Amino acid sequence: MFDDFFTRALVAGIGLAITVGPLGCFVIWRRMAYFGDTMAHSALLGVALSLLFNLNLMLSVFLVAAVVSLLLLLLQKRGALSTDALLGILSHSALSIGLVMVAFMTWVRIDLVGFLFGDILAVSEADIDLVWGGGILVLFAIVYLWRPLLASTVNPELAEAEGLQPERARLYFMLLMALVIAIAMKIVGILLITSLLIIPAATARRFATSPEIMAVLASVIGALAVTGGLFGSLHFDTPSGPSIVVAAMGLFVLSLLPFGRKGEIETAIHSTHGGHH
Amino acid sequence: MLNFRDPDQKPLVLMNNAGVRRNGRWLVRGVEFSISRGEIVTLIGPNGSGKSTTAKTAIGVLKPDEGWVERKPGLKVGYVPQKLAIDWTLPLTVERLMTLTGPLKGREIEEALHSTGIAHLARAEVQHLSGGEFQRALLARAIARKPDLLVLDEPVQGVDFSGEIALYDLIKSIRNQTGCGILLISHDLHVVMAETDTVICLNGHVCCRGTPQVVSQSPEYLKLFGSRAAKTLAVYSHDHDHTHLPDGRVLHADGSITEHCHPDDGHHHGAHAEHEHDDHGHADHVHGPDCGCGHQSRLQGFGNKETRRV
Repeated sequence: MFDDFFTRALVAGIGLAITVGPLGCFVIWRRMAYFGDTMAHSALLGVALSLLFNLNLMLSVFLVAAVVSLLLLLLQKRGALSTDALLGILSHSALSIGLVMVAFMTWVRIDLVGFLFGDILAVSEADIDLVWGGGILVLFAIVYLWRPLLASTVNPELAEAEGLQPERARLYFMLLMALVIAIAMKIVGILLITSLLIIPAATARRFATSPEIMAVLASVIGALAVTGGLFGSLHFDTPSGPSIVVAAMGLFVLSLLPFGRKGEIETAIHSTHGGHH
Repeated sequence: MLNFRDPDQKPLVLMNNAGVRRNGRWLVRGVEFSISRGEIVTLIGPNGSGKSTTAKTAIGVLKPDEGWVERKPGLKVGYVPQKLAIDWTLPLTVERLMTLTGPLKGREIEEALHSTGIAHLARAEVQHLSGGEFQRALLARAIARKPDLLVLDEPVQGVDFSGEIALYDLIKSIRNQTGCGILLISHDLHVVMAETDTVICLNGHVCCRGTPQVVSQSPEYLKLFGSRAAKTLAVYSHDHDHTHLPDGRVLHADGSITEHCHPDDGHHHGAHAEHEHDDHGHADHVHGPDCGCGHQSRLQGFGNKETRRV
């Protein structure tokens, strides 16, 4: 049952889940789910550019995601359109430009479905190194940035008044997101990256009593979802990326069941739902 | 009143002709004041008058577009912002909130929570607190880090009347115990009277300023503080009928004077309608006799007395 490709997928998937756990918490605390989605969608533009200019795939995805997030910051400062509308424009424009560019490049044949929905069963040893290497880097950065990031999540002006640097923390956070998207693309695919960020974190909220515990729990729950999803995909012969997301959603639904502390369930459903927009 | 002020010591914050502009519009201009250790400075003024902007400029969250702000090197600020909404998805207990911007010893957290009277709520989630409890938690957080300067932006919002009095008592005792400087933004004018060293009235610029301490100690004046409304109105008329002197001298609401201000000096409010604050286009505004703080008369509940006086 444990074919070699399956073990590799498991190791890579768990590594990714551990990495995105804390980041996913910040995404929901800061109400940036749609923002993460936009950055992820822009990854396809990165794919197209990497093919066009013969660049390293991960590097160009990282750069495009970073540029899109900076572009959003600039547009937000102009303040003409709401963030919501800007995200909608950027998100689907970047995705569509990527798709159109790929269609123009008749000389290359790419597995579009693989990019959109991931191909975790095809991860190589090198991919595993990258996921774990990049993941450790991201986790160290998160630990280092934890206090300014958390304080500016609560209130950026408070953080700044008391000597932290919220703008810098925010910039680093964007870069970390871009890095995680570049790493995660191969595993769950462009369209499903944000689900791996958000769903385990939202599930962890129910059981967390502090931000730190929530971050760790999100990693654990993500790893469980990856494991469950991969076994499910092997057993039912379903696509691996979507299977992982379905498993994550299953855990989320379980977390809503009325056991343990009562009376929080409705708040949980209500607030988690609200936090996604 | 304890005196922590030392004339030889540099102020914690010194603002000199500071102004902040956004989208081609001056939010506030020509702000000049300083805060020293042990001093309470209160900013009052109507909505949109630049109170919060001024406070944020003082502590360096906003950069002045003109003038300059000088802060004591290494100034440690404790800040209670005007609006603070913590998302439900963030699990945060009162205890964890204390160390949001910097590490603290367990004893320091306990002390701060104890002095704000919410020691029993240490393990409660902040989302479950009432408005008053949350304000206390925020205040505890700000004082726990033992700041040189405490900045409180409308700290009593969402707090009921008795809680409000208690909070202001607390602010006073914090100053008396720690000797920190306090920059307070308030619309509660009676408290302005009671505890503040300097009141600065803003409406896009400094309209008037005064030292209400002297006034609040006079028995005639205290007699007017019978009810809350009387307090508010009394302070209001004190601040806005007669604080229009260049040097910020003040006048009793009952007609007697503090320092050299006099009711018959021609600064009375008969001319109120003639200098509405809406036409304050003049940026280099001098706080002279004509600076009637007419904007205040638009505040609800303040207008009646005004009319009667005229």
